[in-house]
Amino acid sequence: MNTHAEGAPVAQPESFAFTAENIERAKAHIAKYPKGRQQSAVLPLLDLAQRQSGGWLPLAAMHAVADMLEMPRIRVYEVASFYTMFNLRPVGRYLLQACTTTPCWLRGSDAVVAACESKLGIGVGGTSADGLFTLVEVECLGGCVNAPILQVNDDFYEDLDGASTEALIDALRAGKTPPPGTVLARQGSAPIKGKTTLTLMPEPPAMQAALLPGAAGETAKETGDAG
Amino acid sequence: MPKVTIDGQEYEVAAGTTILQACQQAGIEIPHFCYHERLMIAGNCRMCLVEVEKSPKPVASCAMPVADGNVILTQSEKAKKARNGVMEMLLLNHPLDCPICDQGGECDLQDQAMAYGFDRGRFEENKRAVSDKDFGPLVATSMNRCIHCTRCIRFLTEIAGVEELGATGRGEAMEITTYVERALGSELSANIVDLCPVGALTAKPYAFVARPWELRKTESVDVLDAVGSNIRIDSRGAQVLRVLPRLHEDINEEWIADKTRFAHDGLVRRRLDRPYIRRAGRLVEAEWPEALDLVAARLRSVPGERIAAISGDLCDAESMYALKELLHGLGVANLDCRQDGAKLDGGNRASYLFNTTIAGIERADACLLVGANPRWEAPLINARLRKRHLQGGFRVATIGPTFDLGFPVEMLGNGGALLNAMVRGEHSWAKVLLGAKAPMIVLGQGALARSDGARILGAGRAIAEGFSMVRPDWNGFNVLHRAAARVAGLDLGFLPGPGGKAVAAMLEGCRSGAVEVLYLLGADEIDLKDIGSAFVIYQGHHGDRGAARADVVLPGAAYTEKDATYVNTEGRVQLARRAVFPPGEAREDWTILRALSGALGRPLPFDSLPALRERMRAAHPVLAHIDQIVPAEWGNFGAIGTVGSASFHYPIGDFYRTDPISRASPTMAQCSEAFGALPDTQPRTGTHG
Repeated sequence: MNTHAEGAPVAQPESFAFTAENIERAKAHIAKYPKGRQQSAVLPLLDLAQRQSGGWLPLAAMHAVADMLEMPRIRVYEVASFYTMFNLRPVGRYLLQACTTTPCWLRGSDAVVAACESKLGIGVGGTSADGLFTLVEVECLGGCVNAPILQVNDDFYEDLDGASTEALIDALRAGKTPPPGTVLARQGSAPIKGKTTLTLMPEPPAMQAALLPGAAGETAKETGDAG
Repeated sequence: MPKVTIDGQEYEVAAGTTILQACQQAGIEIPHFCYHERLMIAGNCRMCLVEVEKSPKPVASCAMPVADGNVILTQSEKAKKARNGVMEMLLLNHPLDCPICDQGGECDLQDQAMAYGFDRGRFEENKRAVSDKDFGPLVATSMNRCIHCTRCIRFLTEIAGVEELGATGRGEAMEITTYVERALGSELSANIVDLCPVGALTAKPYAFVARPWELRKTESVDVLDAVGSNIRIDSRGAQVLRVLPRLHEDINEEWIADKTRFAHDGLVRRRLDRPYIRRAGRLVEAEWPEALDLVAARLRSVPGERIAAISGDLCDAESMYALKELLHGLGVANLDCRQDGAKLDGGNRASYLFNTTIAGIERADACLLVGANPRWEAPLINARLRKRHLQGGFRVATIGPTFDLGFPVEMLGNGGALLNAMVRGEHSWAKVLLGAKAPMIVLGQGALARSDGARILGAGRAIAEGFSMVRPDWNGFNVLHRAAARVAGLDLGFLPGPGGKAVAAMLEGCRSGAVEVLYLLGADEIDLKDIGSAFVIYQGHHGDRGAARADVVLPGAAYTEKDATYVNTEGRVQLARRAVFPPGEAREDWTILRALSGALGRPLPFDSLPALRERMRAAHPVLAHIDQIVPAEWGNFGAIGTVGSASFHYPIGDFYRTDPISRASPTMAQCSEAFGALPDTQPRTGTHG
């Protein structure tokens, strides 16, 4: 599981300052809350800080958020360490979050994790030598219909197996961004072999049917659209 | 008022009472860990579960207000089973290290496990391990034992006002930590040791020293500041092993400052345990009769006006009274108890008391601090100010150097000019005082010890009268003392008599030869380096500044070693009790003075402590009102005139080293190193305290 378990000390950058653009964004978040309750904006501000810092939250960034929201630093540490989506140590450019909860596991998440490990030469929790990839195991990502899932930064890649995972990593390594979503030929989470249900237009209500031009009681015609 | 039925009996309780409080009022003990009556309710230990009829699940009684008609079962099968389950869960990760745990014998978890624990563990997995944290020189941590009640976090956040401790991580990974390694920067930090219901936070200086059942417990009062915190002294044999707070709602509630708690290890170091006489420039050991005869001979050999006496910050009322009687008999008028040179005199009791009283702070709605840093001079008064701040509608401003008191304070600036403007009502903050219903002003020793202290006192009186701070129902004029002996000294009139010299004049007299014999009763806060050839008698308990210059040393008793009377800054008279005997040849101070009077051939008219107290109380009736506040009559005091424009300085440069006991304490030395001193303080010269 992706936790904030202790490890070797992290080299912390000396300072952190929001970019002008992010300051505007931060102000917009703060403005959503009544005066004196600006601390409520801590989550979006930490997210901004994490994105600006390359995917992790240095202490200096947390301090900047604490100062901006006029809250004690420890309260920011508490929030940042509570949510596993905040990374308190540096990560690669691509954070690979493999879901290994039961549905994904049943559908072959072990193969996905193994493919990542062998392809990148790292274990779970490790960062590849080129600094591009960090692999972590996470709990349910909520995409069980398309299990197994690998989340890369903000995007879900779905219906993976060993081979498609390797292909995905190759593409990422080559600087490409494959379209997120399922890697199979299907729409969303619809069945791969075409619809198996809702294949007919439902019968309209009797009154509406009576108003329609043509005979009442006509059978709804087949409407199935492509795949 | 809601009516509730608890275990079959009907009670009526105030609306808003929680179920746990209602049960306590009914005399039913509900087990709990996280609940503490002085802290916000957290409701996270789940130990206080009770069964409430019509409620589908057991209810955490600490966080549930009573509703009319509640039927509460505290001892039902369901409630007991729920508590047993909670206890088993709490013990899952709790190490079985009671034999090596300092909390053993006074541990809530241990006690409650006796009632609710299972006789074996069913948890087969590894227990979690948590690294210990470094909270500085006072609080030792053993975080494996932590049950996450969060009392320590809530205390530091709510009462001490330092938001430094928190709970990071979640679930199994949750830890109580400062996150970045740092000591807890609060003068009240060690109270979390008392609050911790398990052995996760223990006292570092007391680590592996004793078990609670070995200790003799003595109820007494603290003298390391002028608050008069009620304490319990735990001793074994001849040594004080620890000091704990004792409940007193009107003074310290149930907290004490770190110095009060940990400076006692200074009581066994640098002690004067036998009389000494200076021979050929060196202090050599002597016998009592020899030393007393020498002192008596010197006192007899000079006329009264060439003798002077100064009493120190830790002196009890009895010894000051005895010394005053003794010297008055010799015609000595040069007496002074104001080592720091504060311009207070004993004429009007209201002029030198904290008249509002500590508990009275909670009724104030505006407070002006002048040259006072309550966080260091009286940490528990600062805690009370903060408590009042949290209740809302309370403005505090300070004239003096900028300092963080742990709650918002309006820094008006520094210097006497501001005080003058305030007296004339020209300062913008005067409007705040004018609009307040119960305004108060606090004059610190940093202001009163200045050369224009009398005018500052007068300005304080003018402000108190001008802003209607003195009314039959309210007195907002306060002097914040920092020496436990000072109020008693002023009450007893241990002050220059007609034609007598004050401290600065006495020292000047020593230099010029006008004073030939100087009697120091525990006076260590004065500069004795350059006082000519005066014969110095030092009576006290520590080999500090006074003893270093002395020609004769008479070893006395520290506050843990005598039955004595002290008066705190509010004017509350309290009795300290002897926990251990003075070391070696040292004696209780009044007995030394009684013996000296015998050697002088003018025996003091008392042979026992009760007889002394009877005489003292007859002469100074205010000292007979034990643990009571006697409202002081308002009157005329202070000098009229413009206050000098110089800046104020706080009198304490280092909170952890203010008196002979704390200066001798290795623990306080470590604190001093860890937390540092205040940069902007008075230079340590002259009669600085």
